[in-house]
Amino acid sequence: MNSLLAGPPLTGPESLASHAGRLGPMPAVGARFIDTLVQSRIAGRGGAGFPAGTKWQAVATHSRGDAVVLVNGAEGEPQSKKDRLLMSTRPHLVLDGAFIAARVLRARRVILYIGERHRAARAAMLQALAERNETERRLVSEHAAPARYVAGAESAAIHFITEGVATPTTMPPYPFERGVDGKPTLVQNVETLAQVALIARYGEPSGTSLVTIAGGVPRPGVLEVESTTTIADAVSLAGGASDQARAVLVGGYFGRWMEARDAWPLRLDQGSLRSHGLALGCGVIGVLPAGRCPVCETAGIMRYLAGESSAQCGPCFFGLRALADACTRIAEHGTNRDDLQRLDRWTEDVRGRGACRHPDGAVIFLQSALQTFGREFAGHRPHSAAEAA
Amino acid sequence: MTKEFALTVDRIKCDGRGLCAELLPEMIRLDEWGYPIIAAGPIPQHLIPLAQRAVEDCPVLALAFRRTERSKGG
Ligand SMILES: Cc1cc2nc3c(=O)[nH]c(=O)nc-3n(C[C@H](O)[C@H](O)[C@H](O)COP(=O)(O)O)c2cc1C
Ligand code: SF4
Ligand code: SF4
Repeated sequence: MNSLLAGPPLTGPESLASHAGRLGPMPAVGARFIDTLVQSRIAGRGGAGFPAGTKWQAVATHSRGDAVVLVNGAEGEPQSKKDRLLMSTRPHLVLDGAFIAARVLRARRVILYIGERHRAARAAMLQALAERNETERRLVSEHAAPARYVAGAESAAIHFITEGVATPTTMPPYPFERGVDGKPTLVQNVETLAQVALIARYGEPSGTSLVTIAGGVPRPGVLEVESTTTIADAVSLAGGASDQARAVLVGGYFGRWMEARDAWPLRLDQGSLRSHGLALGCGVIGVLPAGRCPVCETAGIMRYLAGESSAQCGPCFFGLRALADACTRIAEHGTNRDDLQRLDRWTEDVRGRGACRHPDGAVIFLQSALQTFGREFAGHRPHSAAEAA
Repeated sequence: MTKEFALTVDRIKCDGRGLCAELLPEMIRLDEWGYPIIAAGPIPQHLIPLAQRAVEDCPVLALAFRRTERSKGG
């Protein structure tokens, strides 16, 4: 069957023999594969959802046989586990995608950029690499991505590999113009590359996505879902909401909160979510149980995101900190009108004013919280006081 | 096609002293933390000399012109 996680049990890395036995050898595709990729309309699975075909076209145009393929397995999103699961269990699918990219884009290097804390994933990828032929092996080097949220951003990955500093840089130049060591670089998420391996064999992607169901469910974890699977289906596969659900965070920390009843019927499909003004993002679906305070939850995530700013751009560093502080004041001391107004004003001021999309992601998240939890933000009382009253 | 210019700021270089907002208040205001918020869209013709001055005087060369193309009537 055409799916990412088909094959042997997901207990460890699939061997090359099993992988090749199941899917056949890696097809020898050429430059025309880019057209297939464009037609497949496959979108990136690292968060931004950018069409992969367009990116390959840009790198191909700039490559003079010196391009670099950067395999992004940083998975810095705290709740996400899907990239790790994929690398740990189907490493050859990811490697196939990377080597197909290298061939089509005439790349001289393939870089595996894997989160330093994702030890099983790194070990599986290296073990799989050791099974590949020497020509392939010689292309590859491995770098441990620092365990910081922004380290997974494409320019931060390039900066780290080129200069050892995992902070984003100003674009342009874009990676396809000047990336690793100044060479045209394709930065692609591991799940996107696994889809490339399927597209090269079957002419089309699997039609499935990897998602991580997190929060208030009995069996949180990764699922491979069809594009027709709804959020309600996915949550029931994870054992159902363990408490009555208050809201669902669609797309992780750069995603949007939704009322649970509005979230259930949504399909876990990029195009379908887009038509609702949402994005699949990194595929995290977080269930907030009714017993948890959404204001405190939002404040906690904002503090995390503010702390993960690389502190290079004023509006991101100062703005996110100010927003997190205002949320925290409301969470700890109760609602006050000044802070509510500041939240509205500052989210508008911060948006689009960083070198990377970190502040944009954070304010999309916060604005959705202010919308979905408007009632709670408008009438929040500190919990100890509320309980005593 | 007519060529037009907009202002862009390199957010990593900019250290928010706000000189540009003094030189070109018509197009640049400062946020709560002293960093420039630049009006979207092309620079009106009559402000180009002032914008030029702001670009040249930015102490860290964070401010730049960006060429935007607009088809006539568009
Ligand atoms: C702050 C920030 C963090 C990111 N972290 C990751 C990450 O951990 N893994 C990832 O694949 N993409 C991450 N991205 C997205 C990458 O910049 C890039 O778009 C992606 O790796 C491209 O691959 P794709 O098109 O296959 O998704 C991040 C982006 C931002 C702005
Ligand atoms: S926007 Fe924020 S996270 Fe991104 S480079 Fe600037 S300071 Fe760093
Ligand atoms: S003059 Fe330059 S450094 Fe100062 S605020 Fe303006 S752009 Fe930033």
